[in-house]
Amino acid sequence: MFYIMIQFVLLISRQGKVRLTKWYSPYTQKERSKVIRELSGVILTRGPKLCNFVEWRGQKVVYKRYASLYFCMCTDQDDNELEVLEIIHHFVEILDRYFGSVCELDLIFNFHKAYYVLDEILIAGELQESSKKTVARLIAAQDSLVETAKEQASSISNIIAQATK
Amino acid sequence: MALSGMRGLSVFISDIRNCQNKEQERLRVDKELGNIRTRFKSEKGLTHYEKKKYVWKMLYIHMLGYDVDFGHMEAVSLISAPKYPEKQVGYIVTSSLLNENHDFLRLAINTVRNDIIGRNETFQCLALTMVGNIGGREFAESLAPDVQKLLISSSCRPLVRKKAALCLLRLYRKNPDVVNIDGWADRMAQLLDERDLGVLTSSTSLLVALVSNNHEAYWSCLPKCVKILERLARNQDIPQEYTYYGIPSPWLQVKAMRALQYFPTIEDPNVRRSLFEVLQRILMGTDVVKNVNKNNASHAVLFEALALVMHLDAEKEMMSQCVALLGKFIAVREPNIRYLGLENMSRMLMVTDVQDIIKRHQAQIITSLKDPDISIRRRALDLLYGMCDVSNAKDIVEELLQYLSAADFAMREELSLKAAILAEKFAPDLSWYVDVILQLIDKAGDFVSDDIWFRVVQFVTNNEDLQPYAAAKAREYLDKPAIHETMVKVSAYLLGEYSHLLVRRPGCSPKEIFSVIHEKLPTVSTTTIPILLSTYAKILMHTQPADPELQKIVWAIFSKYESCIDVEIQQRAVEYFALSRKGAALMDILAEMPKFPERQSALLKKAEDAEIDSAEQSAIKLRAQQQTSNALVVTDQRPANGTPQIVGELSLVKIPSMSDDQHTSADQGLSQANGTLTTVDPQPASGDLLGDLLGPLAIEGPPGAVQSEPNAVSGLEGVPSSADYAAIVPVGEQTNTVQPIGNINERFYALCLKDSGVLYEDPNIQIGIKAEWRAHQGRLVLFLGNKNTSPLVSVQALILPPVHLKIEISLVPETIPPRAQVQCPLELMNLHPSRDVAVLDFSYKFGTNMVNVKLRLPAVLNKFLQPISVSAEEFFPQWRSLSGPPLKLQEVVRGVRPLSLIEMTNLFNSLRLTVCLGLDPNPNNLVASTTFYSESTRPMLCLIRIETDPADLTQLRMTVASGDPTLTIELKEFIKEQLVSIPTASRPPAPAPPAAQPTTPAALTDPGALLAGLL
Repeated sequence: MFYIMIQFVLLISRQGKVRLTKWYSPYTQKERSKVIRELSGVILTRGPKLCNFVEWRGQKVVYKRYASLYFCMCTDQDDNELEVLEIIHHFVEILDRYFGSVCELDLIFNFHKAYYVLDEILIAGELQESSKKTVARLIAAQDSLVETAKEQASSISNIIAQATK
Repeated sequence: MALSGMRGLSVFISDIRNCQNKEQERLRVDKELGNIRTRFKSEKGLTHYEKKKYVWKMLYIHMLGYDVDFGHMEAVSLISAPKYPEKQVGYIVTSSLLNENHDFLRLAINTVRNDIIGRNETFQCLALTMVGNIGGREFAESLAPDVQKLLISSSCRPLVRKKAALCLLRLYRKNPDVVNIDGWADRMAQLLDERDLGVLTSSTSLLVALVSNNHEAYWSCLPKCVKILERLARNQDIPQEYTYYGIPSPWLQVKAMRALQYFPTIEDPNVRRSLFEVLQRILMGTDVVKNVNKNNASHAVLFEALALVMHLDAEKEMMSQCVALLGKFIAVREPNIRYLGLENMSRMLMVTDVQDIIKRHQAQIITSLKDPDISIRRRALDLLYGMCDVSNAKDIVEELLQYLSAADFAMREELSLKAAILAEKFAPDLSWYVDVILQLIDKAGDFVSDDIWFRVVQFVTNNEDLQPYAAAKAREYLDKPAIHETMVKVSAYLLGEYSHLLVRRPGCSPKEIFSVIHEKLPTVSTTTIPILLSTYAKILMHTQPADPELQKIVWAIFSKYESCIDVEIQQRAVEYFALSRKGAALMDILAEMPKFPERQSALLKKAEDAEIDSAEQSAIKLRAQQQTSNALVVTDQRPANGTPQIVGELSLVKIPSMSDDQHTSADQGLSQANGTLTTVDPQPASGDLLGDLLGPLAIEGPPGAVQSEPNAVSGLEGVPSSADYAAIVPVGEQTNTVQPIGNINERFYALCLKDSGVLYEDPNIQIGIKAEWRAHQGRLVLFLGNKNTSPLVSVQALILPPVHLKIEISLVPETIPPRAQVQCPLELMNLHPSRDVAVLDFSYKFGTNMVNVKLRLPAVLNKFLQPISVSAEEFFPQWRSLSGPPLKLQEVVRGVRPLSLIEMTNLFNSLRLTVCLGLDPNPNNLVASTTFYSESTRPMLCLIRIETDPADLTQLRMTVASGDPTLTIELKEFIKEQLVSIPTASRPPAPAPPAAQPTTPAALTDPGALLAGLL
């Protein structure tokens, strides 16, 4: 009933491997697999120099290829396609800044980091933050929180506390 | 190589990457899942670090597409871990792994709430993010107020507030009621003054959702949106980090313009002027630049501006400027812009006065039909379809046909359907239409559904001028070496009917026609053979004098198929064999098919019904509004008052119903004679085209005039003049010699409160009723029981529905046999709220007595209510938000039949108004709620409050509220009628108070009561 700007986000490699999925509408596991299968078939077979939009099941999938990875976002039929296309680019730029010239391998081994970044950009399928600087700052703050916790855990007093528990 | 920081996880990912094939990968995944399962089972010794590692692995496996049906609990439990790293993982994995309907989420609500209302900012962010991504209804109900507080809190930092805004947006989608509380609209307007662009972006998204559902409360936000746009357009006070490739937050610009599109208009001339200045600047100032991202972003803004201009229905000048821009776009090289240009041009078609400017671009659009990109081709096809009218149909359809042979598979079906529809709607002449469809079948037979060729047959049958042409065309196609089976069907049918019209042409002797068709028989399937057999029989019939040689061949074929395993073929073979031996008598039996009754094209209907994507639907809707060609009349536009349609020169001719359809025609006759609003549709359903074409050959003379069938009106004698039938008519005033048994009024009122019982009874007949109601629809069955040992004849049942009810009655047999009961179902649909009553005009003849009664049908307002009980938390916000007339109405009702509160509660409950106990603190008051269903409104919550005066039970104050003014007033009046004239039958059985007259003298002072008293 309500319009959601982005129904889901999908990162697929050229070989059809899934690198990230995020669903903002309730899809069951079965539906998720079906969507991925169908869309990979449609998008990976599209040639270069075509437009970045694919009409699919009454919805529109906006996608863009960066090196070996396809970034796809599914949106409503009458949504603003170019706006979504630039959200994809915004996401990629932030990943690039975070990893330092990001490549597929970064996203494979640090897939959880990609989820953190995405959560700072989109919530409920809507754009949350359009400043790259702000997102970078927030992610850095999260990382340092995790680091501090790690240091605490490995400090001597903590090891003693663990051992004597 | 970057590492994840968790060795076990990295190793697992590497292992998966090293798998040679899917099978190896599955084995590795299964092994890992087994491992995780064992570790989770032995809870002892599992550190937070390990738990974290395993749930990440689970998410990775889930991402690879494997079912992970355990361990969800572990992910959820990490949410309540005290330290940030574990909590973070718990939140993020839970929100990626589970969807909003998962049961485990319920377990986390408390922890999540504690994090939201707690002091730890980072925890707040995590919790808001998860709820924003997967929060469901329960989250909405328990968390919305807390999230709202965070959003407007002055002590929260922007990073929390922007998340709160989107979290609230999610909760609002799940349950709009939790956000629509008093004063929220003002808060929302304040939020739009926000300086921080992150918070402003999120808040604007929230606003879009709010106004998309109900803009009324948010008028104060409109000027603020325009302000935001001005600020961005002038690049005032926009921090560098919020410009994207030099453009001040394009997303915020798009959002603000999107929100404005949900307001029907902009009234304030100053605001309107400011907005148009901004729009003009965007329209004029957007150039194509080299940088692709900058280009995309600026065009995202431009296209949104176009949409807003269209919505605001700006001056013609601005509109033409938009069309000019789009015309430029559809010719550029950049595929995205080309695509969007075409898409927006289709939308532009909805705007009046620009169609002609769009038509100037026809050639360019046709070029796009050959674009290498299927997305663009689809848009071009949709646009051509949308812009087609009588003036350009020929060009466009021929272009589509030409493209059909080259088109890729994925588009052929859509293409042929669209070509067929356009050909039918806008044909300049009929022979062109026949040409188009035959070409279509020839080029894309696989994609031409039966509906399409049935339709051609229909047109040819009904238009004599066309018959020789169509037959000749069909004959030509048969000479082609390999033709599609559909072509065999349609040619065989047409030649069977009309080949005798060609007899003087070369190659068209009966024998030649027969052999060219028969050549195809070995290539066709069993569904086509029956058509060929009919054709053979028809050819024999038309060959006068008989050609013994041809006869011999055809007979041989018939006798060959007499033992065919397919029943249809066998039956035809046997029958045609026998019939064709009758000689001249055959002429009468196998005469030409009569003209088809006019009806809506199954094709168009299908197109309208089909759930195609919305852009396409918009084009189809548009089609429906546009003027069609005069050449073909395709829809059944019989006016409601039953005046026979004026039949155009070329349109299909209506024929009298066939003899076995007497009742249908009787109904038709009646409804027309009556001039009242009867919804009986005498046309057969349009779905059975096949039945018409392949069914038994009709034994029927040439079609006559539209109106005939003298016996159709016979039933009318004795019925008083019906010119002034109102929806509510006095009942029981007829001078019938037959007296009803029991009180008709009481029976009616009793049936208002229950769904089955007796509506009417007299010495001859009993009419019972059984009804089922679902939302705005209902099904009511009349049971007509003849109590006599002789039949009741000339039985007529007519429904006189009020305008708000759509009622379809099935056939009522003219005679009810002795001691028999017949059922007569009615389908009802409630279109909008009204308390008018439908009347059943029922008559029959017993001996020489004509009996006629008019009975109110208990399809009253409360049947379209569904009881719903609401809690105090749900009731009061709603009650307050519906403030004052016309949504909330109050009235002091006097002359009420005295009822104790318990009795009134019972009455309300049986009217499907759920009395909510304990909601009103005053024990003398009563509060009730219900939901009303109609086709025009969405399910509407209605709230009722009755304040009684213990000292004087004959008066009370009643307040009724709902989201629809008509509904409020109708419901109020309806309840009032029930309160002032409660008939004995509906009274709760317990104590029988005295003076149970349906109308008390006091009631007569009130107009509503007066009306009720008359009934």
